[in-house]
Amino acid sequence: MTVDTVGRFERALEGLEVGLERVSAADASERIERIVEEPAVGAPLPFEGVSLPAGVTTEPTAGDLEAARTGVTPVGFAVAEYGTVAVESTADGAEPISLYPDRHVAVVAESDVVPDLSAGFERLAEGFDAGRDSVVFATGRSATADMGDLVHGVHGPGDVDVIVLEDR
Amino acid sequence: MAQRSRTQTADHIRHLLETEGEAIHAQASHSNERRDATYAATDDIEELRTEARAIKEDAIDRLPDLIETVREAVEANGGTVYVADDAADANAYVADVVETRTEENGVVGETDTPSVVKSKSMTTEEIDLNDALAAEGIDVTETDLGEWVLQVADDTPSHIVGPAMHISRAEIADLFNERFDPDEPFETAAELTQFARDHLGERITEADVGITGANFVVADSGTIALVTNEGNARKCAVTPDTHVAVAGVEKLIPTLSDLEPFVDIIAKSATGQPISQYVTMLSPPTDSPTIDFDSPDEPIVGEGTGDESDSADGTGDPDRDFHLVLLDNGRTDMREDDQLRETLYCIRCGACSNSCANFQSVGGHGFGGETYSGGIATGWEAGVHGQDSAAEFNDLCTGCTNCVDACPVKIDIPWINTVVRDRVNRSDEPEAYDFLVDGLTPDAEEGGLDPGKRFFGNIGTVAKAASATAPVSNWLADAGPIRVALERTLGIDRRRDLPTFQRESLVEWFEGRGGAEASSRRADQAAARGGGADLDREVVCYPDVYTNYVDVERGKAAVRALEALGVPVRVPDLPESGRAALSQGMIATADEQASKLYAAVAEDLDAGRDVVVIEPSDLAAMHREYERLLPEASFERLRENSYEICEYVYGLLENGADPSALSTGDGAEPIAYHSHCQQRTLALEAPTVAVLERCGYAPATADAECCGMAGSFGYKQEYYELSVDVGERLATQVEDAETVVASGTSCGDQLEALLERSVPHPIELLAPGGRRT
Repeated sequence: MTVDTVGRFERALEGLEVGLERVSAADASERIERIVEEPAVGAPLPFEGVSLPAGVTTEPTAGDLEAARTGVTPVGFAVAEYGTVAVESTADGAEPISLYPDRHVAVVAESDVVPDLSAGFERLAEGFDAGRDSVVFATGRSATADMGDLVHGVHGPGDVDVIVLEDR
Repeated sequence: MAQRSRTQTADHIRHLLETEGEAIHAQASHSNERRDATYAATDDIEELRTEARAIKEDAIDRLPDLIETVREAVEANGGTVYVADDAADANAYVADVVETRTEENGVVGETDTPSVVKSKSMTTEEIDLNDALAAEGIDVTETDLGEWVLQVADDTPSHIVGPAMHISRAEIADLFNERFDPDEPFETAAELTQFARDHLGERITEADVGITGANFVVADSGTIALVTNEGNARKCAVTPDTHVAVAGVEKLIPTLSDLEPFVDIIAKSATGQPISQYVTMLSPPTDSPTIDFDSPDEPIVGEGTGDESDSADGTGDPDRDFHLVLLDNGRTDMREDDQLRETLYCIRCGACSNSCANFQSVGGHGFGGETYSGGIATGWEAGVHGQDSAAEFNDLCTGCTNCVDACPVKIDIPWINTVVRDRVNRSDEPEAYDFLVDGLTPDAEEGGLDPGKRFFGNIGTVAKAASATAPVSNWLADAGPIRVALERTLGIDRRRDLPTFQRESLVEWFEGRGGAEASSRRADQAAARGGGADLDREVVCYPDVYTNYVDVERGKAAVRALEALGVPVRVPDLPESGRAALSQGMIATADEQASKLYAAVAEDLDAGRDVVVIEPSDLAAMHREYERLLPEASFERLRENSYEICEYVYGLLENGADPSALSTGDGAEPIAYHSHCQQRTLALEAPTVAVLERCGYAPATADAECCGMAGSFGYKQEYYELSVDVGERLATQVEDAETVVASGTSCGDQLEALLERSVPHPIELLAPGGRRT
């Protein structure tokens, strides 16, 4: 079931031109390091045994945020059906860190990838009950057709990568 | 009322067709095709639409309670709710928030001018917020790229979702090259977008206040939902420490779970995307740290916030200030109005605009009022800006019903247009030409109705008189001086061919050949030859106005085809259906006609006879509008026992009738078939296609939205050119086919005019001894 769900997630992300990588918690830090383009900023990863690589600045200044090429954040959960990640507005700045840099690297535990939007809303409601009541469903790359043709990376990130932690 | 004259309207429409039509059509039709494909690929789309509709009905019903609920929730979160009665009230409140914020905390950035960044919001367009803030010395920057292009161009939205849809990339490049004088001239969309991102990024980091709209507001958690693709709304909401969300009161929904179907459907209906890039659900003030770009070396995460400002405390970052402005501006009155209430269910996705053939040709600057555009705009404009604003463009809705299947909350948009047209008719002063049509108009309308509308609304009476005096009436009507007079008085464009009235009506022809008794004999003979269906049915063929007096041949073909398949037919002289009156907004007249028609067929229904209708728009009146005009049991009874002619033939063939009793093709004879808009909405295109295939033809259906004629619309002087523009798109699709057939009278008239050859009804092809083009 979970494997199928991640497969579905991966296919949805393919259609959005978003990369997905599966790694074990032990290898996550190294893999993230390979993906990020520096300078990079990040919000702490709450997964056991996973930490951000040294090159990723946490508790960034406004200047760091503005200069960053990559933002790494955990996401509360993901919806396989649409390739959506749920970015929570936490005090450590996950929302602006996922939004300002050109590239967003979203890290999600495999057990938090849910099959469809209904399951996503169940998770959303659980979070609301626990006080996590500001969440962005982000699906793919920022886009606009307002200048006469489809362009990615208009205000939000033009590149997105998702890291799925296989054993979390 | 400062309404445009017919000539002014014609000039305005011609100008839009030339300047904006091409860009609008390219984008709107593309979005419509994508919506159509996404709906088709979504298994539970009907359930989603039904659920979304039910939530809106419930929410509007409970609106006063929901306002109190959201007030409590937002205040518990640490924010403020302000319910604004009207535009001035809302604008003054927002200006006050900006002034208070900058007085207390100083102005961000290098200037002393308070600044605001905004994400796209039609509600703030409705109240002209930007002008009001500018008048208070506040600098406002739109950050949605489309809105920003309009701000730079000093233009107005032409579409509620894609506001700059009418401006091409080349035009944007010219505008920006002139305004911003870049070192290297802008050319591609990527270059323009990059420049906009950098330019607007600076404005966002230096802004004092961020203003957003809201697509939905969840009452019990105080959550605003913003559905966007660019990411600017997220930045406007999260970057400055003060966030103002402006939303109409109708955006309230009760709970978080009610949000789910809307998140699922809004992008599908708007652009055909499965879901939009960003569905931002914020219960502000949020826990996200504020970002002070004036102090680039300060961590955005305040000291100790990691522990103290635990996200579960419910009050958000202490530096944040949030105001939810709920706008009434006429909405409470709309809620009380049985006819306009449905407008409040609208989720502003633009599907009605994209699916509309007239909109695709002229865009929102033609098919729109002060703020809103497209089919639903008639309801919005009548409700928030008043009937005069709706009256300017309401006639552009031809009642084709293409939007009915597109609307994600199943609003009967054509009905809202009919109702507002009726109200506009009643509010006009009587005109000088009333005497011309008075004698022809046994309608239930009060004086003051536009004479042209009155003429077309009473077309049955006109047709009867013209038929009785044919061919003299036809010669007279075609005479030059008469055409000039018809144009001046009734607005009938002199470039349009007038219908040719037949001296012998269908009813007279039918009686002349022996009436019901003879028909019964013919049907029995056909059955004896083995062509009949295994059904014991009897048909009342409805002689609609055009079939009875103008296009009599298709009526004869229908009678012959039914008899050949073993079904006896009656063609009684029946009252008008009310379709013509409805299309002119004459609801009282239509209501009377519906009652008369039902009374006239009640006995046939009781006798178990089926009502078969040739003209799709008349069948659509019986199947759709009669629900509002007849008692429920009468409506259901007529609906269940009335059929479109080819649908009925299909049923006979499915029940054993022999197609060889009809005129059949060689198995692969290609023909182009244009169904009728209302026929498509009734899901009755497929049976005609199936019948043609069963009878040895290879029909190809046109996917153009509409023929553009729409009954009387294409006759009207002010809309003639628009009608032809829409019709040309269809004509181009079918012109290569040797045989072209169309189900609607006016569809056939338009195609005959544009293709300069005969375009019969499919039943004329199929009837024994059928006619070839």
